[in-house]
Amino acid sequence: MKQLLIAFALLFSTAIFAQSDKYMSAMKANIQQMKDAKTNEENIAVIQKFERIAEAEKTQWLPYYYAAMLKATMAIISQEDNKDALADEATTTLDKADALSKNNSEILCIRSLIATAKMLVNPQARYMEFGMLINKYINEAKKADANNPRPYYLEASNIFNTPKQFGGGCEKSKPIAEKALQLYNSFKPENEIAPNWGKENIEQILKACN
Amino acid sequence: MFVFSNDDLMKKLVGIITSVFLFSNVFAQTKITGTVNDNKNKPLAGVSISILNTYDGATSDVNGKFFITTNEQGAFIIEAKMLGYKSASQNISLNKNEIKIDFILKEEVSELKAVTVTAGSFEAGDKKRVATVLTALDVYTTGGANGDITSAIKTLPGTQQVGEQEGLFVRGGAGYETKQMIDGMVVNNPFYSGSPDIATRGRFAPGLFKGNIFSTGGYSALYGQALSSVLLLESIDLPNRSEASASISSVFVGAGFQHLAKNKKSSYGINYGYTNLLPYFAVIKQKPDYFTLPEFHNADANFRIKTKRGGMIKYYTNFSANKMGLRNVDIDSSLLKDAFTLKNNFWYNNVSYKENLGKGWKSLLGFSYSTNNDIIQTDIQNQNNQSVTTGIHYIDDKKIALNSQQDLTVLRGVLEKRISGISTVRFGSEYWYSFNKYLYNNNFTSTIKDHYTAIFAETDLYITNQLAFKAGGRFEYSSMMKARNIAPRLALAYKTGNNAQMSIAFGEFYQKPEVLQIMNYNNGVHQTGYTKATHYLINYIKNTSLQTFRVEAFYKKYNNLIKTFPDTNNTGNGYAQGFELFWRDKKTFKNIDYWISYSYLDTKRDFLNYPTTLQPTFATPHTLSVVTKTFVTKWKTGFNFTYNFATGRPYYNIAFNNNTNKYEILDEGKTISLHNLGFSLNYLPNLGKQNAKTFIVLVASVTNVLNSNLIYNYRYSYNGLNKVAVTPPAKQFFFIGCFLSWGVDKTQDAINNNL
Repeated sequence: MKQLLIAFALLFSTAIFAQSDKYMSAMKANIQQMKDAKTNEENIAVIQKFERIAEAEKTQWLPYYYAAMLKATMAIISQEDNKDALADEATTTLDKADALSKNNSEILCIRSLIATAKMLVNPQARYMEFGMLINKYINEAKKADANNPRPYYLEASNIFNTPKQFGGGCEKSKPIAEKALQLYNSFKPENEIAPNWGKENIEQILKACN
Repeated sequence: MFVFSNDDLMKKLVGIITSVFLFSNVFAQTKITGTVNDNKNKPLAGVSISILNTYDGATSDVNGKFFITTNEQGAFIIEAKMLGYKSASQNISLNKNEIKIDFILKEEVSELKAVTVTAGSFEAGDKKRVATVLTALDVYTTGGANGDITSAIKTLPGTQQVGEQEGLFVRGGAGYETKQMIDGMVVNNPFYSGSPDIATRGRFAPGLFKGNIFSTGGYSALYGQALSSVLLLESIDLPNRSEASASISSVFVGAGFQHLAKNKKSSYGINYGYTNLLPYFAVIKQKPDYFTLPEFHNADANFRIKTKRGGMIKYYTNFSANKMGLRNVDIDSSLLKDAFTLKNNFWYNNVSYKENLGKGWKSLLGFSYSTNNDIIQTDIQNQNNQSVTTGIHYIDDKKIALNSQQDLTVLRGVLEKRISGISTVRFGSEYWYSFNKYLYNNNFTSTIKDHYTAIFAETDLYITNQLAFKAGGRFEYSSMMKARNIAPRLALAYKTGNNAQMSIAFGEFYQKPEVLQIMNYNNGVHQTGYTKATHYLINYIKNTSLQTFRVEAFYKKYNNLIKTFPDTNNTGNGYAQGFELFWRDKKTFKNIDYWISYSYLDTKRDFLNYPTTLQPTFATPHTLSVVTKTFVTKWKTGFNFTYNFATGRPYYNIAFNNNTNKYEILDEGKTISLHNLGFSLNYLPNLGKQNAKTFIVLVASVTNVLNSNLIYNYRYSYNGLNKVAVTPPAKQFFFIGCFLSWGVDKTQDAINNNL
């Protein structure tokens, strides 16, 4: 009888494990698809997959986080007239992540990305308002988790991409990029699906600046 | 009953159960296929189709088709959703049988997609997608505009290049037919007081406003008392940071401070500026002989408080005092001079309170008060600059002493309610109390008071994203005229394609006559009614964030214009018709932003002392403006050019014939065409220097670079034998200035980083 109980307990725990395993494997697959996505259509399909997981799970902030990150990225690279709309959508999604995980350094990084997209709609007119927001979120992200390399990556990348005449360029970007790399080297993501991006870009910046 | 004797068996069993479990899953797969169309039966791509509470779903392809396989079993809800459409869902039962489901999604009317009523208006500012045309930064960087809002707006279609009077002359209308509103409240004396035949600048700096709407006709029922046009200026909310600023230039010095509270919920600021043209006139020769050099003191202050519910309380006040004195050769006798002196004091106050009341309600309350005092003296002087009396009535009549005071108090309240979707209703009321007092030659006093009340209502109705109406009306009553009127306004907008739309508009507009036109020198005014204009417009706009193309045609009928002869009454009339083109492009040429405006105008009117229906002296058929701006990052310098062209304007010698007892045209002609190329340069030496504590902008500008002859009009002597061109006091205006600001916090770094 005891063994029977063990058997059922095992079976039951397998089911539980299967459930969270399902989440992990779906997330892993989606993160891979996100990395592989090239076209707008592919991006939209991945965003929707993340959103389905998020809506089904209800308590996980990560799927919302990835959906918002992709939307923000799409807003930044869009050449069409929809930057503002995409950025607003990203904010709506990110707010849901934020509701599940407050003062999260990773979420604050995406806020900064969204502000970047907003500014790029009309840099001349918007740099005052959104330029300030970009850095505000980066600073808050640093405060929320001093070991997170991504706020440093975003800061280094923003400066790197700013023309030298406007206070950007390698010289100013490099020390921050180095700090970011140092943090990346000691950074251990919590699990396979936790945010773990930006290191390659930092290496590229450092390569370009050497 | 199972009995397990060893662990191996148990493991096997677990294995079997697990595999059976998995096996059954494989065989429980259900296929779902279908299509998603919009309500016009066009396939929708990118729709998310989800089986709710599962991970399963799909994205529709370009043909609106989708395909889902799921291992789930039982009753579920399947939902199709996409931004801008109403979601649709159905109950399904997953039981291995293939399911076919088609969805039809109805488009939602949304602010992003919906058509906007644009007939007649140019909207500037960052928040609106449509017709973003002229921002504060645009005003500062328009060559030749010297940071003056009106000068920059004169590069937009519908305006005339009138240089001898201030104001915006829109579509055959006189300058006073355009009214400026700050936060919805009309502003009296929005331009500095000056001398005859020289246009003055606007009193309000472009940086005070976050956006402006310039309507060249057919404007909203929320505003009234402007026959031609309104310029709606919306004041800024909280500043981005605390800052101190100073400026020094060839004509003025200034300093200011603004403080933003730490919690970013409130701010206050003060500025002071002093303008003196002594050094400038010493270097650049002016046509008139200035015996009192123009001198201006200008102070302003403000505070702004953000309320708990996200509303805003704002106060702005502006005080200015200026004086000047100048002499010109008298037109009737070359041995005599006309001496003109002016002293002006002006005080303006504006308080507004905007609040979200919840449940889709918003309110805007406002109060403004301004008082303006001009003390003007014109004298006839001899060659030794001594006052003389000639005994010739038409020369001595030019000696005038005028002390005038204009006070205006405005109270205004507007309520706004979202009715459904983005459709909105607005209604409200306003009350103006104007008090005008004129003291002529220390002898005749005229006091003119008016209580003006208006009630207005308007609705923006969005039928679909493609079709919208704006309908409204305005009821007005003026105690001075003891007359009421009802002014209907109607506009319709239809989206003709991606980024393209058409609008038509109709409206009736009433305006109180200018006090000086109906003044009765014994006291008060002659009893007259409102002047009236009826506008019909049609417009087409195609725009993206980087390019705007706009074409508009209009017909405007004037009725009840003021005639001052033989009696002062409302028997004048006129018309204006024409079309306008506008093209702005930030895309084609790298780093170059340019716009081109062309206006065609055909207008005639019979008003004031015109003996017949004439093309007014402030109107010309063809006007063209080309504006270019480019910023060269390498040099940290912006180069801005503005070219304004206008065909000649008519001028008349309208004189009274004592034999026929009528006004007659003794002479007439057309001025030469106007060419005016303006240039300005902004150099930002510290741009991007992260450690720089001071932000510096150096500005150099010149108007009329080509030194062309600018002739605005002609004036005639009493006997009609002498004709004198009305020209600016100097052909060109040069300006060099340095603007400094010091951020009180570190956020300037952020700005520079991300420029």
